[in-house]
Amino acid sequence: MTSLNAFGELQLDVLREVGNIGAGHAATALSQLLDKPIDMLVPKVRIVPFEEIADSVGGAEQVVVAIFLRVEGETPGNLFFIITVDSAKRLLHNLASLAAGQGDDFSEMELSALHEIGNILAGSYLSSLADFTKLSMYPTVPALAIDMAGAILSYGLIQFGQMGDHALLIDTQFWEGSDEVKGHFFLIPDPESFGKIFAALGVHSL
Amino acid sequence: MIQDQYIKVGMADLNVTSRIGVLKTTGLGSCVGVTLYDAAAKVAGMAHVMLPSSSIAREGTLNVAKYADTAIPEMIRRMEDLGARTERMEAKLAGGAQMFAFGGSSDTMRIGPRNVESCKELLKRYAIPLKAEDTGGNYGRTIELDCETGVLFIRSVQKGIKEL
Repeated sequence: MTSLNAFGELQLDVLREVGNIGAGHAATALSQLLDKPIDMLVPKVRIVPFEEIADSVGGAEQVVVAIFLRVEGETPGNLFFIITVDSAKRLLHNLASLAAGQGDDFSEMELSALHEIGNILAGSYLSSLADFTKLSMYPTVPALAIDMAGAILSYGLIQFGQMGDHALLIDTQFWEGSDEVKGHFFLIPDPESFGKIFAALGVHSL
Repeated sequence: MIQDQYIKVGMADLNVTSRIGVLKTTGLGSCVGVTLYDAAAKVAGMAHVMLPSSSIAREGTLNVAKYADTAIPEMIRRMEDLGARTERMEAKLAGGAQMFAFGGSSDTMRIGPRNVESCKELLKRYAIPLKAEDTGGNYGRTIELDCETGVLFIRSVQKGIKEL
């Protein structure tokens, strides 16, 4: 068991690079889908108390659209693609010319389209990471939820729950030029995955 | 129902209060909000339980508020310190959802229902009646327990506000 607090700057750099590669490819995929440039920030690798997991997306009660998929294989973990409700509406409008309905409701067709967008983006995040690390990572079929960010993200903490009150989060923020569509990729590797990620990239875990 | 005397209960956390205040926890997904109330003493407690059993804990110092089987006894003890009596307590449960529907039903995915089961088992052990519950489903909840009345307010995105 690797203690999160024992990670040095080198280890954190490796994890930042992991986020950079994964989210970079996903942002490229999104850019191609929208035919518009997508910007992203340098990934933040943070060891956060459970309570603060949803802070970067507006707090535990903020309603967000989330695509979640469980990563299986050599380095299990949880991957979330999170966008605001407004962004989801604009994304659908730009992409599929689906007229954005009023309020926070989404039609079956819109949900299905969001699901597929999430699938494409999360898939490109993972496959680029698997290529880079030469580790096997298989996504489960993604699931979609539109709900409170805290309720959604706490799902990614269960594996950490058994060993402490903090989780390591690789958080990459992205947005479309005019700030119309913005969101986050959250990768939360399971505690036992860190050693394998470090070893695959030539860094000793401690 | 919007009050300013909020007493926050974080994730994997618990708190108790006497006479005044509103205990509140936000964003319950698969986690369960367990509340206990002694109407005679006006003592209330709330725990935001994350996992069903401390037997799986691999952490050094145990956070008792995180597990159903340790959070409920600790909450009872702290409520008794404030003058509550176990035989007068009534319980309400909220949360324990399955936020994402998957084909597979691995243990992790079923964590919500397991949390609820474990809480109920503990309440039975202490012979505390379960007065009401709003558990399961696939949506998140925010809950508030008013210490003066014992009323539990449950808010969700899809279903609005519900009173137990």
